[in-house]
Order: sequence, then C-alpha cells, then structure tokens
Amino acid sequence: MLLYDKDNKREFKKKLFFSIVFAIVAFTIILSRLWYLQILQGKKFKSLSENNRIRIVKIPAPRGIIFDRKGKSLVDNYPSFDLSIIPEDVNDLESTIKELSGLLNVNADLFKAKLKEAQGNPPFKPIKVKTNLDYREVAIVETNKLYLPGITIEIEPKRLYIFDKLAAHLIGYMGKISESQLKTRSSDGYNMVDLIGKYGIEHDYESVLRGSNGGAQVEVDAVGRKVRVLRELEPNPGENIFLTIELDIQKLAEKGLADMIGTVIVMDPNNGEILALASSPSFNPNMFSLGISSKEWEALVTNPYNPLANKAIQGQYPPGSVYKIITAIAGLEEKVITPETVFYCDGSYRFGRRAYRCWQKKGHGSVNLHRALVESCDVYFYQVGQRLGVDRIAYYSSLFGLGKPTGISRTNEKRGLIPTSLWKLEALKSPWQEGETLSAAIGQGFVLVTPLQILNLMSSIATGGVLYRPQIVKKIESPGGDIIKEFFPEKMKKIPVSDNSIKLIKDALWGVVNERLGTGWRARIEGADVAGKTGTAQVVGLPKDSGNEYVPFEHRDHAWFSAFAPKDKPKVAIVVLLEHGGHGGNKAAQVARDILKGALKIINNDSASF
Amino acid sequence: MKFDRRLVSNFDWFLLLITIIIATIGIFNIYSATFAGKEPGGMPIYLKQICWIVVGIFVMFLSFCVDYRLLERFAYPLFTVAVLLLILVIPFGKSVSGSRRWLELGGFSLQPSEFFKIAIIFILSKYFSKYPNYNLGAIRGLLIPFLVLALPVVLVLLQPDLGTALIIILIFLSLLLFNGIKMKNILIMSSVFLAGLPLFWHYLKGYQKMRILTFVNPDLDPLGSGYHIIQSKIAIGSGAFWGKGFLKGTQSQLLFLPEQHTDFVFSVFAEEWGFLGSLVVVSLYLLVVLWGFRIASHSREGFCTFLTFGIVSMFFWQIFINIGMSLGIIPVVGVPLPLMSYGGSSTISFLLGIGLLINVSTRRFLF
Repeated sequence: MLLYDKDNKREFKKKLFFSIVFAIVAFTIILSRLWYLQILQGKKFKSLSENNRIRIVKIPAPRGIIFDRKGKSLVDNYPSFDLSIIPEDVNDLESTIKELSGLLNVNADLFKAKLKEAQGNPPFKPIKVKTNLDYREVAIVETNKLYLPGITIEIEPKRLYIFDKLAAHLIGYMGKISESQLKTRSSDGYNMVDLIGKYGIEHDYESVLRGSNGGAQVEVDAVGRKVRVLRELEPNPGENIFLTIELDIQKLAEKGLADMIGTVIVMDPNNGEILALASSPSFNPNMFSLGISSKEWEALVTNPYNPLANKAIQGQYPPGSVYKIITAIAGLEEKVITPETVFYCDGSYRFGRRAYRCWQKKGHGSVNLHRALVESCDVYFYQVGQRLGVDRIAYYSSLFGLGKPTGISRTNEKRGLIPTSLWKLEALKSPWQEGETLSAAIGQGFVLVTPLQILNLMSSIATGGVLYRPQIVKKIESPGGDIIKEFFPEKMKKIPVSDNSIKLIKDALWGVVNERLGTGWRARIEGADVAGKTGTAQVVGLPKDSGNEYVPFEHRDHAWFSAFAPKDKPKVAIVVLLEHGGHGGNKAAQVARDILKGALKIINNDSASF
Repeated sequence: MKFDRRLVSNFDWFLLLITIIIATIGIFNIYSATFAGKEPGGMPIYLKQICWIVVGIFVMFLSFCVDYRLLERFAYPLFTVAVLLLILVIPFGKSVSGSRRWLELGGFSLQPSEFFKIAIIFILSKYFSKYPNYNLGAIRGLLIPFLVLALPVVLVLLQPDLGTALIIILIFLSLLLFNGIKMKNILIMSSVFLAGLPLFWHYLKGYQKMRILTFVNPDLDPLGSGYHIIQSKIAIGSGAFWGKGFLKGTQSQLLFLPEQHTDFVFSVFAEEWGFLGSLVVVSLYLLVVLWGFRIASHSREGFCTFLTFGIVSMFFWQIFINIGMSLGIIPVVGVPLPLMSYGGSSTISFLLGIGLLINVSTRRFLF
C-alpha cells in the first residue's frame, strides 16, 4: 500500500476544496430552481394543479382506406360521434347519468356499466359510454352541455365496410385489442381501448393501415371545457391499400355464390392477381367495428358452415376429377401413356377383390386421353394411376404447387395434402395400398387441396406452365397519393413439363366445355372458348346407383369447377367450389359460367385496368 | 478479527443518523407515492422498501466490519463478478417495458448495474492509488482506465439503461479529475468524445433520442416526456412554501406523475412538503456530500481517499441529476434518488456505499 507524500496530500486537499465548491454551487442551483418554482411561480402552478387544467387529448389517426384495383373504395372511415364522460369533471355523477339517460332515452344502467368497466383508468380520461350518436342525439347533448359538466362528444373516425359482406374474408375486420396483443405491441403505442386488425387485410397490413395517432396538450376550464390548445401533434393518417380485386367482378362472384356454401375465386392467370374472392357463408365486418354482441358472436362461431373461415384458402377438399389433369400430365411426362393410348371402360375397373366404379355406370367404351378428360372417365385414370404409382403422381402435384401454401396470406393458409407412400408410413404407420393409388389418381381418398391451389393449377395450364404467386395487394399509397410500394407479379417458376403435354391438356379442357359429351358443357359461352374441368369430391361413400333417392344435404358431394378463358389468349381463370353442391358439372359449372361471362365483358371493356 | 473498542467510540454516528433520517423520509414518501395507485394483493411497495432498507443496513454493517485495509483486495474479484452479472443480464435478463435490466433470483430481481457502480469505484480507486500522479501519461492516465470502463458501459447501454451508464461515466470522470490529468489528455478525451457523439447518437433508442430532443425543445413530444416534465413542474411548483400535506398532493395522488415512486419521487415529496420540506431534504443530501468530502480529506491512504471520493461523487451525481430532472433543468433520464427512490438493488448499493464511508471515517483514528 502506498502512503502518499506531502505534495500529493496538498494536491488532494486543493481538489477536494474545488469539489466542495462545485457541490455547493450545484445544490444552490437546485435550491434556486426550487425557489423559482415553488415561491415565485407557486401560485400559478397551484391553480394549474387544482383544476388539473392540462390534459392530453388523443387525436386518432384515420386508418388507411382500402380500394379495389380501379380506385373504388371498399372500406372507408366515417366520423362517429361518441359520448364520453370524464367522471372527475362531473359534480354529481348519479344525477348527471340520470339526466343523460332521460335526454337520450337510454337505460342508465348501460352508462353505469361502461363507467365500471373503465375503473382504474388514469384520471381525467374520457370514458366512452355511447358510440355512434345520430344527429338528433348530438344536438340534444350539445344544447344541454351547460348543464352537463364533464360530458363531451368526441368525433372519432370509424371503419365503414361500404359493401357489408362483400369480400369480407379478404378484407377482414377490426376488433378490440386482446391482452396478449397489448403486451407484445404496447411499444407501438397501442392501448387498451384501441381497435386492431384481426383478420384478412386489416390484420396482415395493420402496420401500414394504422398510421399514428396525434394528440394535443390542452388547457381546460373548471368543468372540463377546452380553453386553448397548448401544443399539438398532428396525427399521421394510415396508408391506403389498393387491392387487385375488381369491385364489379367481386359483386358477380358474390351474386353467383348467393346463399350456397362454398367459394369462388377469380384470377388473372397472366400475373396471379386475384380479381375476386368470395367465401360463403360470410359475415358483416361492420358488426365488429360497432361492437359485436355476444349473441351475434355466438351465432357466428356455432354456425356449422363456419362463416369466419375463408374457404378459398382454409377449406381443404378432395379435388375429385379436377385432379385428373395432374394424373394425365404425369402419365404423358413419364411416358406410361401416349395421347393415343386407349383403355376400355365398361363402367368399372376390377382391381384386387374390388370393382372400382366409373361415375358413368354404363361405361365410356374405348377412350383415349382426350376423351377420358372430356368425359371424365374414371376407369381410364385408374389405369394411368396404377401404371404411375402414387409417388410419381405426388411429384407432379408438387410441381404445380399442390400440398403447400401458395403464400397469398401471411396467416391461416392451409397446405392441403398430397399423399405419398412415405407420408402414409409416417403419418398412419401403415404401408401404402395399391388400391389407394387408384383413388388418388381421380383425386379421392387422401388427397386434399384448397380451392386457391386448384385455381393456381388451372392458371398455370392457361399460361402454358408458368406459375405465379397469387396476389391480393396491388399497391400501397400515401394519404397524399404517392406510391409507397407497388407489388409486381411474382413468377414462382416455369413448371418443367413439356409444352406438348400442356397443349394436349388445354385442348381436352376446351373439349370438356365445348364438345358434345363434355361434362362441363354448362359453362359454355358463345365466342369465349372456355376451357375447364369439372370435379366431384365425395363426402361419404354412397352407393352410386342410388338413383333419385333422397340424399341428406350434408352427405351430398362437393362440386368443383375450374376454368380459364379464352383458351388461346387466357384473360381470366376461375375456380368454383360448392360444398354439398352435388355433381360438379351441374351447379358449379353454371355458377362459373355466369361469373366468367360477366368478368370477360368487364375486362374487355376496360383492358387498360387489367 | 479482534474487536476494538475504538470502533465504537470513534463510530461515525453522524453519517448513520443522516442516512437513517433520509431513508425514513423516503419510506413515508414512497407510502404516499403509491397510496393511490395501489394494486390489490401482494406486499405494499413501502413495506418492500422497508425490507430492502433492513437488508441494506445489514450489508452496510458487513461492509463496516471489514478492515478497510483489506477492502483493497476485493477490488478485482468484485469487479469481475459485477461484469459477469452484467453479461448475464444480456441473455437471461427479465425484460420490463423494453429494457432488460434485471436478473431473476428466486423471486427477487437483482439489478446488476446498480452494484456495478460500487465495483467501478473499487477498481478505479485501486488503480489510481497505485498511480497517484496528476501528470500521468496518456496510456496510464487515460487509456487503461478507459479500457476498464468500456465493456461494462457498453453492456449497460445495451440493456438499455442510459441513466446508469451516464452515472458510471460521471463517476469515472470525477475520479479521473481527482487523480489529476494533463491538459493534453483532457484535449484528447474531449476530441474523442466529440467524435464519438454522432456514433453514440446513432445507437440511442428512439425514446432516448426523443427525451434529449424534448429537453431542448419540449414542443417535440408534448404527449410523452414533454408532458411528464410539465406535470412534474406543476407538482413541485404547486407545493409552494408549505406544501399540500402528507397524502394530499393532488398531482401525485391522482397519478399525474410518471414513475412516481422511482424516478419522480422528489416531485411527490416537493408537492406535499413544499419548499420547506425540499430545503430540508436537499440540505440533508448536501450534508452527506460535504461530510463525505471531509472523510476523504482525513483519510490517510490513497485507496481510501479515492474510494471515499468515488462514493461521494456517485451520491452527488445521482442526487443532482434526479432532482434536476424533476425540476426540468436536466433531460429526463431514469436515475434513482439515493434512499428515496423505491428499488432493492439501488437501496442496497447506496447503503453499502454509506457503510464504506463510515468504515473509512471510523478507522482513520485506529492506526
């Protein structure tokens, strides 16, 4: 240890002296500041504190508007007049509430319940007791304002879904922020009373649409009325989103579905832009922004047809005969068949100890590939499937994007299921049976797809093998109209199958709709060259020859129809799935036809917008 | 260790007394600050603070009992442990509203950065007492202490805890100046500082930049810290001369003050006890600081002089920055007010500091 010498000691004493002076000066600064605030300005601050005159008032940011591709608004904001109470400003809460409930003809208990809910709020924070006052109610409150200290009307932008149920699954809805969301997002400035996008675009693009709230520091008088604004921070409105949806085509799709259960998706095959997406049954997003009642919510979640599910990306169904496109391409590419290969169909195909039936029980006779697709002969594809084996079919399925999410949405998209022998061994712990290959070849059995995946498949046939990622947002614009982000078509891949195979399929799909025995003849449009494929997804194994016997609705088959048009220069592709819609060639093809016809007209009239 | 009766007769009762007065005022004040916002269930915060003070007094006596000539030996191990704890905070720390400062230890939260302040004083005192020369060259006088400092400060900034990092740097600078520094080295240091400023600014979190900018121009954040400063000034100013009385401060009881039992405790106190009360508390703090300087001037050995000076400077800067912030003369940085702000780790480390002061003060007659 080092003892220090005299010099050092003197040096330290000097420094200590300076330190003491420094400390005294610093404490003197503190004391003079205290003197200034408490003695000189004490009166002023006292009156400020007594009336708690300085408040923070939130100025909510208008949320971004959602447009269709042509700039027609689908979702907008409207000013909602909300009635709030600041309990601290009210002299006699009981009588004020009574007065108010008399004036507005609202049960006083409702107000009390809202006040109770807000217990534990910071003081002098307005508590919303009634939203969406009409003009008469606003007038009543405003004229009586003098007698109602502590009652204010605030104008807040509310979400308006202009077309109610239209494209509800795509657009989504807003709801009160949940506790867990509040915890993870509180640093983004959310608080308990905020609404947040819960579903669809509103959810996926929350941060884009939201903007940032402004606020003001205001001085109020003794009864809480604003005297002047001290400082203000302007809100930043959210950014606007332009969807790829075309309003009129969307309307056609909704109309086509009507009150059936299922989904319709319309797409531009040349770039993957979704022009319409409807799922039924649907819900009205306005219900959520007005505050959904528990009864309404109950009705939504207990509905067996699940209105909250977007069947286009969340519904998984066996593809039925639409899947024959895959089996056909696999057969051609793997050279197990040629276009000229002929199989004989007498109405069923015997394999093992079982007869695998064709939907046409009297049989198709000798059929080649073209006829097999046009007339959707099951027996033909049983044999192609048998020659391929399940794993080769699965390989071609995955080339066309089946069995994995398309990537259209960040949330909740289902992947479907393309079975392989390995999958069955791992998932079900039993080896693949060859008979199951036969079912798989015609899109039954384990195979599951989402309607969007089928549309993707159809689009890539339309474009000669180019697969685009389905896209629903076209661009994001600032409130001032500057483009912030533009989404361009995303070409996922050129599918490695020969042009010749695709051409053969294309011709056959044209035949499905336009030839005499084609199963999809109901989708025929004069001069439009529709090419498509029907499909029927079995819900339960029914005896095929049950004739006209009554089949309960929930046991009826799902109906598929997917198509594109015109065949040589495709402009539009569509998929229709009707749950329990019966045979695909009937109702589903009819629905698709009406929508296609309208969509083609809209596109041809205004080709610049597409 | 053999007990020496002189330890009792020379005991620094005065410092202990002031400390206990301040801590008692602190408990009453925390009681008032948390009176309104009480959450049901759990131990009331003022009771927790009493527990911390009891633990702290125990630690204080431990630190008093060790012969201060032995204390020097603790410098390196203490520093190593403190840095290790700071490193542990990065992966294992408990995150509270965006910053990771606490280590969970079986129901207790430990804030290693609070203890680190004591550790840095130890190691710098040891170092400077070895080189007690005001004419040290750039390497010994500047570079080595600077390197010792760099890692922990970066660790604290990563949490991020701007307030504690600032205090650590101020303690460092105080000890550096106290040891003496060449004009040339001051120039080097200031130019490095100025050059590093933009880089530092770049790494600040948004809310921290905002706080500094808001201090310069309160109009920038009228809803956040600008609002806090105004409410704090209203609270203090409205206390006027006599104050509004215990539990009667409207600003604090209506929860207008942010963090009113930690960062803004002084505002609560000044509102309820007025200028008179504030004068008493500020004077008590001044007494601690001046008394500390007196101990430093009487201590005989280099290490103790530095140790004492370091601890006093820690007290001084925390008091000055915390109260200055409440008064709106310093930007809003979260720094606890010694023995008045609620907090286990800070309370214990302040009492540990007092224990060390008493230790040096009492033993100076022994040898």
